[in-house]
Order: sequence, then C-alpha cells, then structure tokens
Amino acid sequence: MQIARVIGDVVVTRKDENLSGLKLLIIQPLTPEREPAGRTLVAVDAVGAGVGEEVFFVRGKEASFPFYPVEAPVDAGIVGIVDHWDLG
Amino acid sequence: MLLAKVVGTVVATRKDPRLVSNKLLLARPMDPRGKAEGGYLVAVDTVDSGVGDTVLIVSGSSARMASGLKDCPVDAAIVGVIDAIELNEP
Repeated sequence: MQIARVIGDVVVTRKDENLSGLKLLIIQPLTPEREPAGRTLVAVDAVGAGVGEEVFFVRGKEASFPFYPVEAPVDAGIVGIVDHWDLG
Repeated sequence: MLLAKVVGTVVATRKDPRLVSNKLLLARPMDPRGKAEGGYLVAVDTVDSGVGDTVLIVSGSSARMASGLKDCPVDAAIVGVIDAIELNEP
C-alpha cells in the first residue's frame, strides 16, 4: 500500500456496468514528507474518502476485493483514511 | 486506473483467438490537466469509445475483469468515457 492525497474526482457516465455506483477519485502518491511521489492516478474509493484527505491505497486486482462478489474492473483502490503518521 | 486520450485504432488480422471481435485502440496516458504522460498503450475498448475521447483505462490483471474480457490475454482495458475531471489542489 502507499500513502496519497486525494486531489480531485472524475465524472464517468458511460462505463463498465460493474463500476456503477463506485466513486472514482484522483490521487497523488506522497512521500512521508508530503512531497509528490510519482504520477497521479485514478482510484476507486472503498471507505468514503473525499478531496483533500490523506489516504492509503492498494494497487492491483486486490483493489476490487472490497466490492466482492462484484468483480469491479479496478487496479487501484483507497482502503483507508489516514489520521496521522509518525516517523521514528 | 489511468486517464488517457484515445489517439488511434489498431487493426490486427492475426491475433489470439480470444481477442477476435474486440476493438483495439491506441491511447496516450495523460495527467489530470491533460498533459501527455509516458508512452502509448494498446487497450481493448469495452465501452464503445473512439478517437478523441478521454477515457479511463484499467491495467494489469484487473483488465480481465472488464466486461467480456474474462480469460482474455489483455493488460489494458478501456472501462469508462470521462465526462469531467475536477481538480482541487492546494
């Protein structure tokens, strides 16, 4: 999993039927110092995250597991909202 | 998932039998502001998109979960046509 900030959302009307009802957000992966780390991507939201929040997300087929038994065609999913993190 | 702009079509007569009757498109990934990012991709279209559309692409093994692509040898599928992108950055 990786830490990211939600920076926007996308509106998609014509889509795969297994994506209906799912919220798609644009996220920017972050370093622990809150610097951008790599490219932005679109992730499906499984926890009610919103724009501006810091989250962690999972990549790959596992992103669809929160929606089981629906097989959502997603490769990135937000699975937690971060309250805070600490560096030892 | 990736945002991308559809820039062309791909025609292939000889291909894996499980790809027959799938539409193949050439897409260029982009960032949310519309700037091209990285190389081009061949993606299977599952939502009737076309050249000029901004689309949502799912990649890796998840692409096989798109409608009609079960057990197909694909790693990128177009699963949505983007209507709007809303950015809210500090």
